[in-house]
Amino acid sequence: MAEKAILFDATKCTACRGCQVACKQWNGNDEYIPTEPNGVKASNRGSYENPPDLSPSTWLKIRFTEVESGGRVRWLFTRQACMHCTDAACVRVCPNGSLYHNGLGFVEYNKDTCTGCGYCVDACPFQVPRSTRSLLTGIAKMDKCTLCTTQGLNRLDDGMEPACVKTCPPGALQFGNRDEMVAAGRERVGTLKTMGWSGANLYGENELNGLHVMYVLDDYPAVYGLPAAPRVEGVTRAWKNVIQPLGWAVGGLTIIGLGMNWLVARTNAKKEAK
Amino acid sequence: MTNHWNDIANADVIMAIGSNPAENHPAAFGHITAAKDKGARLISVDPRFTRTSARADIYCPLRSGTDIAFVNGMIKYVMDDINANPRNYNMVYITEYTNAPYLINPGYKGPGELNGLFSGYDPGKKSYDKATWQYQLDDKGIPKKDKTLKDPDCVFQVMKKHYARYTPEAVSRITGCPVDTFLLAIQTFAASGATGKAGTILYAMGTTQHTYGTQNVRSYAILQLLLGNIGIAGGGINAMRGESNVQGSTDHCLLYHILPGYLGVTQNTDTTLAKYLERLTPTTKDPNSANWWQNYPKYIVSLLKAWYGNAATKDNDFAFHFLPKIQAGQNYSHIALFEAMDAGVIKGLMVWGQNPAVGGPDANLERRAMGRLDWMVVADIWHTETANFWHRPGVDPATIKTEVFLLPAVVSYEKEGSVTNSGRWMQWRWKGANPPAQARDDLWMQDQITRRLKALYAAEGGPGAEIIGSLVWNYGDEHPDVHAVAREINGYDLATGKLMGSFANLKADGTTSSGNWLYCASYTEDGNMAARRDTTPDMFNVGLYPRWGWSWPLNRRIIYNRASVDLDGQPWDKEHPVIKWNPAKGESGGWDGDVPDGGWPPINVNPQTTRWPFIMKAEGHARLFGSGLVDGPLTEHYEPWEAPVPNAMSGQQNNPVIKVWRPEEQGTPDKYPIVCSTYRVCEHWQGGQMTRNMPWVIEAQPEPFVEMSEELAAEKGIANGERVIVESARGRIEVVAVVTMRFKPFQMNGRRVHQVGIPWHWGYTGLSTGPSANELTPHVGDANTMIPEYKAFLVDVKKV
Repeated sequence: MAEKAILFDATKCTACRGCQVACKQWNGNDEYIPTEPNGVKASNRGSYENPPDLSPSTWLKIRFTEVESGGRVRWLFTRQACMHCTDAACVRVCPNGSLYHNGLGFVEYNKDTCTGCGYCVDACPFQVPRSTRSLLTGIAKMDKCTLCTTQGLNRLDDGMEPACVKTCPPGALQFGNRDEMVAAGRERVGTLKTMGWSGANLYGENELNGLHVMYVLDDYPAVYGLPAAPRVEGVTRAWKNVIQPLGWAVGGLTIIGLGMNWLVARTNAKKEAK
Repeated sequence: MTNHWNDIANADVIMAIGSNPAENHPAAFGHITAAKDKGARLISVDPRFTRTSARADIYCPLRSGTDIAFVNGMIKYVMDDINANPRNYNMVYITEYTNAPYLINPGYKGPGELNGLFSGYDPGKKSYDKATWQYQLDDKGIPKKDKTLKDPDCVFQVMKKHYARYTPEAVSRITGCPVDTFLLAIQTFAASGATGKAGTILYAMGTTQHTYGTQNVRSYAILQLLLGNIGIAGGGINAMRGESNVQGSTDHCLLYHILPGYLGVTQNTDTTLAKYLERLTPTTKDPNSANWWQNYPKYIVSLLKAWYGNAATKDNDFAFHFLPKIQAGQNYSHIALFEAMDAGVIKGLMVWGQNPAVGGPDANLERRAMGRLDWMVVADIWHTETANFWHRPGVDPATIKTEVFLLPAVVSYEKEGSVTNSGRWMQWRWKGANPPAQARDDLWMQDQITRRLKALYAAEGGPGAEIIGSLVWNYGDEHPDVHAVAREINGYDLATGKLMGSFANLKADGTTSSGNWLYCASYTEDGNMAARRDTTPDMFNVGLYPRWGWSWPLNRRIIYNRASVDLDGQPWDKEHPVIKWNPAKGESGGWDGDVPDGGWPPINVNPQTTRWPFIMKAEGHARLFGSGLVDGPLTEHYEPWEAPVPNAMSGQQNNPVIKVWRPEEQGTPDKYPIVCSTYRVCEHWQGGQMTRNMPWVIEAQPEPFVEMSEELAAEKGIANGERVIVESARGRIEVVAVVTMRFKPFQMNGRRVHQVGIPWHWGYTGLSTGPSANELTPHVGDANTMIPEYKAFLVDVKKV
C-alpha cells in the first residue's frame, strides 16, 4: 500500500482549533481538565493556548507563539502531535515491540502490550508521547495520535481522512499519498518564496528519513519551535541496534550458560551418586 | 451580503474591517484562503492583532470607534487619485451608475462649514430637517445632473469638499494608525478600482455596534461605489452574520420597525392603507428608473391576504387595521424594551433563542429589569443566565416577583426547516435526530400558543377577538407542517390555488397572497427550491451555483448585478462575468448568467426601454450622497459616547442625534482612561449557552479574560495570567489578564491611549462560568437602528 501523509500548512492555519477538538471527539478522549458537579474547573494561563500540554487524552494541540521583529508582530500557529517518523525513536526504544510501523508508514501501537515503561516519552525528538500511571490499578499506558487508525474508530479503513483533516475550515490540513503531499508542499513553498518568504521550507520531507506529518512553513523551523535537525539520539539508536540485541544475546548466553551449568551439575550429581 | 460566501474567492483584494472572520466565521475563512491561493491580498483592520490579522498581508491597527475617520481617509485618497489618475478607475461606472453627477440643493452645508453638523440641525429636537439634502429638480421633476462632475453642487464636488478634511495625517491622529500603514492599505485596496478588478469588504458587529454604526456601513458603500465594486463578482459590501439564520430572521421581520420583506411597520398616523402607502411608496418622474418599490401596494396587500385570508377584503382595506400600530417616532428596540421593563411599563416577556442576561448591554441593568416583570417565558435548549436570573449570584430569590417558565426547545439538527445564510441563500435542513424527552421545536410552541389563543378568544371574546379570529392558521392538527408554512411564505394565486412563481406577478387587488414577497419563488409548483442540492456550476463558472438551494430575490446570487456590465451590457470583468447581454437571445436579446436585476436591455442597446441599474432606489442610481439616514447624507467622524479624547475633527463630540437613556452612566476619561471593546472568540458562541456546556470547547478556552498591551501591563504592574479588575461607570468584573504584544497603545495627537478587550461569552450558568463583559457596556445605541454600543467604551484596569 502507498505511504500516506498529512500536509499541514502553517501559513493557512487560523488556529481555530477545530482539529484539536475533533481529535478528542472522534477518539473519545476526555477533556484534560477536571470536571466538577458545579462546573468545569479550568483556567486561562495568560494565553489562548489550552490545554497546557499534550497528555494521554490530548493527542493534538495547536501552539500559539507571538514574535515581533522589525516592528512587525506575527502570531504563529503550529500543530503539535505525532509526526509519524520513518526513523522513529519510539519504535526503536520500545522494549517489547508495542510500537511499530503500519503499512501506511504511520507509527501504531498496541496498548494491550504497552508496559508504560516511558522510554518512548524520553526518546521522542518532538516530545509527543505521554504516559500516565493509573492511581487505581497502578498500570501505566502510553498514548498519542494514531492517525485515526484506532481499532473500532478506524477512519482510514472506511476511506475517510483523519478527523483533524476533515474538520479544518481554512484548508490548512490535507491528507493523501505521501508523494502527492510532498509535491503539494514543494509547490506551496515555491509560491511562498516568490511572495518574499525566503526562509520558506517543507519540513519533514527528509527529516528522520521522512515524516508522515509534513509542515509548510514560511520561516525557519526554529521560529516555529521545531528542531532544525531532529535526530534519534545515538544512545537510542544503539539501544535497538546494539544494546537490545546485545541484551538479548547476553540474556540468551546466560540461559545457555545456566542450562549448561545445570547439565554439568546434573552429570556431576549423577557421578557422585554412582 | 450584496454578494455571497463563495464569491469571496473571486476577489482581488479583501478588507476585513469591523470583523474577524478567522475567529468568528471560521468555516467561511476557507473562501478567503481560496482567494489568497489565487493571489488576493487580505487587509485586516482591527484594534488588536487577531487570528485574522495573523493571516493578513496588511494589518492596520485603529482605535475602537474610529472606522469612519479611517474609511473617510480612504475615500479622500481615492477621490484625489481619480483626479490624478482617472484611467485607474471606472469613470463610466461612477458617472452612469452612481449619483455622483446629481446636483444637490445649493443650501446644503457640510460639517466642515458647520463645525461637525450638517445643514438642517435642530438642537432642540436633536434631529435634522433634510430639506437641504435633496436633489435639484428640472422642470419635469427629474433630478438635474452634470456628467462632467464639475458643477460645485454636484455630489462629486460636494464629496470632494467634505472628504478633503480627512488627510492621512488627520486619519492617523484620530485612529492611531501610522500614516504609512494607512497609505499601504488604501493603495492596495484602491487598486480594485481599476475596471475588471474586484475588492470586497467583509464586515460584522465591529462595524455596526456603534452610535454611528449605520454610517460606518455607509462609508463602506461610498468607497465601494467609487471603486466600482458593487454588483460585480468578488466585490460588494458583505455583512457576515453572527448566527446561521440572522439573515432569515431579519428578512421575516425580527426587528420592530419592519414587517416581512422589509415593508415598513404600521404606525398610528397610518389611518388608512392609502396613507400608509403614501408614506412609504417612493415615486419618480424619471421614465428610465424602475423604482422597484413602486410595487409596495402589491406586497403589503399580498401579505395581508396571507395573514387574514377571506377576512381581508377591498372594503376593509384588506384588514390593514388588524395590524398593530406603533406610535410614530417611538422606539421599540432592545434597549428601549429593557428600559420599559425597568420602568415597569412592560409586564411580560417571551425570550426565544436569546440570552440578554449575558448578551444585552449594561447587563446588570437588564437583569434587574427582568425582576420587574410579572412573568417571563424562556424557550431554550439549556438553562440560560436569562432563565436563571432570579437566582443569580448576589440576589435573594425571595425578592424577585417574576414568575419564570422554561420551555425546553430543540437544537437545529432536531427539526426541519430553512435557514437563510449571510449570502441570502435559503437552504433547507432536514431533521437529523429526535429531540430528548419533552423538548419541542419553536414552530410547535408558536402553533400551540396561537391555537390556544384562538380557542380562548372564540370561547370568551374580548378586545381584538375579531383580529385573532380572522388570522389564517392552518398548518395541521398534530405537529404543524413546516412545508405549509414555507408555501404560505411563497404565496398563492388565490384564483387558481397555484403557488406563485415570482413576485413580479403579485397583485394589489387581493387576488394573490405572499407571506414575504422577497421569498416569492422559493417554493413553487416545481417544488421546494431551498431543498435543491445540485452543484452544477453557473454558465460563467464564477461560483454562483444557481441550482443549489435558493437565493432571494428570485434566485439572484449577486444583487445590483446590472452594474457589473458596461453600457453595452458586456462585463467589466471578462474573467468573472456575472451577467452578459446576449443579442441573439430571444426575439430582441436577453441576459446570460445570473438572474439580472430586471430583464431590461442595457443603456446603449435601447435608451428608451432601458432602466438604470440600482432599481431599489427611486432615482435608479446608487447613492454616494444619500438622504435616507437620520444623521447625515455623508459620513462624518464623531467620537464614541465614551471617548478618551476630544473629537479632533470638529467641536461636535458625539453623533448629534443619538438618544441617550442614562446620561448619569457616562464614564469620563479622567476616571476611566482606557478604551475597551467586547468581542467573541473562535471557541465560544454568542451568549455561550451551547459552548459553555461543552467540555471539549471549554478546555480550549476556559474562562473570560482581558487582553492588554505589554506597555499597559508594565504601567499597572500587571503580570501575564494575573487576575485583574476591569471597571466602567456601569460595573466591575474580575478576569484574567492576557498580556500580549498583539495590543499596542495608540499614539494620537501626541497622547498615548491604551485599549483593552474582553470576550463577552460568559455568565453565571452552565459548566463554565465567569463574569459577563456586558456588565461594563453602556445603554446607548445607533442613531438609526438603536443597535447597542458594544465596541467602544471607557474602563479602568487595576490589580486585584
